[in-house]
Amino acid sequence: MGWIGETVDSIKSIKIRQLLTQAVTLGMIVTSALIIWKALMCVTGTESPVVVVLSGSMEPGFQRGDILFLRMTKEPIRTGEIVVFNIDGRDIPIVHRAIEVHERKTTGEVDVLTKGDNNDVDDIGLYADGQMWLHRHHIMGRAVGFLPYVGWVTIIMTEKPIIKYILIGALGLLVITSKD
Amino acid sequence: MHSFGYRANALLTFSVTALAFICAISSFSDKFSNQNPSAEIQILNINRLKKQSYGNDEVSLTLDISADLQSLFTWNTKQVFAFVAAEYETSKNSLNQVSLWDVIIPDKEHAKFRIQTSNKYRFIDQGHNLRGREFNLTLHWHVMPKTGKMLADKIIMPGYSLPDAYK
Repeated sequence: MGWIGETVDSIKSIKIRQLLTQAVTLGMIVTSALIIWKALMCVTGTESPVVVVLSGSMEPGFQRGDILFLRMTKEPIRTGEIVVFNIDGRDIPIVHRAIEVHERKTTGEVDVLTKGDNNDVDDIGLYADGQMWLHRHHIMGRAVGFLPYVGWVTIIMTEKPIIKYILIGALGLLVITSKD
Repeated sequence: MHSFGYRANALLTFSVTALAFICAISSFSDKFSNQNPSAEIQILNINRLKKQSYGNDEVSLTLDISADLQSLFTWNTKQVFAFVAAEYETSKNSLNQVSLWDVIIPDKEHAKFRIQTSNKYRFIDQGHNLRGREFNLTLHWHVMPKTGKMLADKIIMPGYSLPDAYK
């Protein structure tokens, strides 16, 4: 019974000022992470400057769990570029290579056909019903750089959300119980 | 100050920073490599030039591709993705690029090759513009590193043309 009294005492002894300071510090850390993320979005010109490779369709170049750095410029899309695109109605971005490009003389718009390096057929089957080509507004960015294995952290946290909760719970506990 | 938590935190931060630095340096070292690849493509035969049942022109051809891409490989290279694209202009489109054949080159030994093959992917136009059409054959390559920045370049070989009539 003694430790219950001790715990109650220690909770009472947490001063309000100290608690507020810790809360503000935590808020600052989260906000500065957000600022860095938004700044990256501005610099690279795309809404998701970093993506994790989820499937094996670009092996052996990109394995599941690698991360790709993206950049989107106004330059026209050409074959050979590795593009990240969204299909209407699905929210998982796909990372494949452009193998066919047709650019209109009058409007400058492009029709793009893509294919994963490790797939036997092109991506027509992946596009929405009746869609034969990708257009510029489907494409979120071009892959310009790559880091292996780092994306596994994200994949594990998405596929086993219990680990995410454990991590955040442990972090929260650490913040509350640390003396400074 | 000397608890396990602090020490683990400091160790983790330092190792992640050092790893990121090493990746950046290795990617930077690619800038100093001397690259002079070479390639030559011959069209051995135009097998068919036909109009598909629902409208568009299609070509089938046999290519003789020889290339030496060995100088593209550095210690930081994982693979080189090379492909041949036909590029041409039509009345409606300022640029058409159609990939005909590609290969993944995993190491330096395989980077010097000569191959005779028919086109791996179908060469289909948006329309009926292929009769008598002149086009370039371009060998593109994409160097995919073990870590860091990817590099892409190409050799343009102009002066190929298709027959004037369907066959």
